[in-house]
Amino acid sequence: MGRYDFYGYKRENGRIGIRNHVVILPLDDLSNAACEAVANNIKGTLALPHAYGRLQFGEDLELHFRTLIGTGCNPNVAACVVIGIEPGWTSRIVDGIAKTGKPVAGFSIEGNGDITTIANASRKAREFVQWATEKQRELCSIKDLFVSTKCGESDTTSGLGSCPTVGNLIDKLDPLGATTCFGETSELTGAEMVCASRAATKEVGEKFLQVFRAYQDVIERHKTSDLSESQPTKGNIAGGLTTIEEKAFGNFQKIGKKTKFIDVLKPAEPPAKGPGLYYMDTSSAAAECVTLQAAAGFVVHLFPTGQGNVIGNPIEPVIKLTANPKTARTMSEHIDLDVSGLLRREMTLDEAGDRLIDITLRTCNGRLTCAEALGHREFVMTKLYQSA
Amino acid sequence: MITHFIVHDKADTVGVMVVEDVPAGADLNGWIMETDETISLKSLDPVPLGHKIALNDIRPGDTILKYGHDVGRAIAEIGKGHHVHVHNMKTKRW
Repeated sequence: MGRYDFYGYKRENGRIGIRNHVVILPLDDLSNAACEAVANNIKGTLALPHAYGRLQFGEDLELHFRTLIGTGCNPNVAACVVIGIEPGWTSRIVDGIAKTGKPVAGFSIEGNGDITTIANASRKAREFVQWATEKQRELCSIKDLFVSTKCGESDTTSGLGSCPTVGNLIDKLDPLGATTCFGETSELTGAEMVCASRAATKEVGEKFLQVFRAYQDVIERHKTSDLSESQPTKGNIAGGLTTIEEKAFGNFQKIGKKTKFIDVLKPAEPPAKGPGLYYMDTSSAAAECVTLQAAAGFVVHLFPTGQGNVIGNPIEPVIKLTANPKTARTMSEHIDLDVSGLLRREMTLDEAGDRLIDITLRTCNGRLTCAEALGHREFVMTKLYQSA
Repeated sequence: MITHFIVHDKADTVGVMVVEDVPAGADLNGWIMETDETISLKSLDPVPLGHKIALNDIRPGDTILKYGHDVGRAIAEIGKGHHVHVHNMKTKRW
C-alpha cells in the first residue's frame, strides 16, 4: 500500500466512493415524510429531506434536478430509493441516477398514499441495504479521489493557518492526479483578479471572471448595505476579519501556491476535463456549497474554520481543521485537525499539509469525521430565484 | 520567544494577533512570514486574538495592505500599535 493509497468502494461506473450509503431521496418537499418513514423502517438507510421541488422552472429547475441526480450518482451512495409526489419527475431522477449502473428505484405517492408508498419503498430499501452491506472496500489510488474544499466561520487564523494547510495538500495532490474543487464566488471579492491569474488558460480565467461578475450583479441588485454582517458574517467580524477583501485573500489560500484551475463548473456540474483543480460557481454559505460539490461527485471535503462552523454533509464526509487555538480548545469535538501550532511556529506549513493528507486518507479508509460522529447532515439545495 | 502577532507580507500595514488577551501597553514580538523577519511593537489598545494591529501610522483614506494586497481603506486616524477593525476600516467594494 503506497503513501497515497486508500481503501474505497468501487462503483459500477468505475468511480470510487469512501462511504456506502443507501439513500432515500425525496424529489420534493411533499415526499420528505415518506422518505423519513422508510429510513426509520429500514436501518442503515439515510433520508435526505429538503425544502424544494415544486413549481420551480428554468435554470432553477435544472439545478434542482442536477443536484438531486448528482447526489444519487455520488460514489459514496451505493444505491438509491427516490420518492416523489408524482411519477414523471420522479422517473427523471431515477433515470439520471440509473446511468451510473447503481441500483435505483422510484416510487410516487399520488394515487397510492403515503402508507402504501412507504411499504413498497421500504421493501426495496431493505433489498438495497442488504446488497450494499456486502460490498467490500478495495485498494484505490489518489488518482481515484475527488476532494472538495470550502471554509466557514473564517477568521484571520484561517488565512494564516488552516486555509494554507488545505492549499499545501492541493499543491501536493494535484501533481499526483487527484481531482479537486473550490468555489465560493462572492468570497473572492477583492481577490478576483489574483484568482483569475491562477486559471490554467486565459479562456478559463475569462470564464471565471464572467461568473464572478454575474454574481456581483446579483449582489448589487439586492443589497441594502455593504453586506457587513452577511459577507463577512458576524462570526467573521468577531474573529477579526473586517472586510470582504481581507476575507477573500484568506479564502484564496486554499488553492495553494502553484496549482492552476483547469475549468469553471456550474453549480453541481460534474468535472469533465480529467484530474486537476476545478472552480465551481457556488454561494459561500457552507451547507449550500458542500451540497453542490457533493452533487458534482466529490467524495471527501476539507473545511477550514476559524470561529468554529459545525457543518457536516449527509453523503460527503466533512473534515474540519482550525488554526485558531481558542476554537481548537473550546470546540474540540468538531475539529478533526488542529493546526494552531502553525501560529505558535511549532509546526511548518509542510508538516501541517502532511497531517491533513494523513487524516484525509484515514477518513477515506472509513474513520468517521467529527461531523459524522455528531450527526451533522446539512443537505441544503441552492435556490436561484422564486418558484412560479 | 513568544510570537504575539504575524504579518503575511513585508509590505503589509497590519499584523494579526495570534495570542489571546493582549492588553494595551504590552511589548509584542511579530513575525513577518514572507521574509522570516522578527519585529517588535507596543500595543496601544487591547487587541483580541485574530484581530489586527497597525504596524505604522495610517491616515483616513489610506489603503490597508495585508497579504501584500489592498484589503480596504482606513476611515479614521489609526496610530501605530492601535487596534484596526470595523470602527476604523471599511471595504472598498459593495
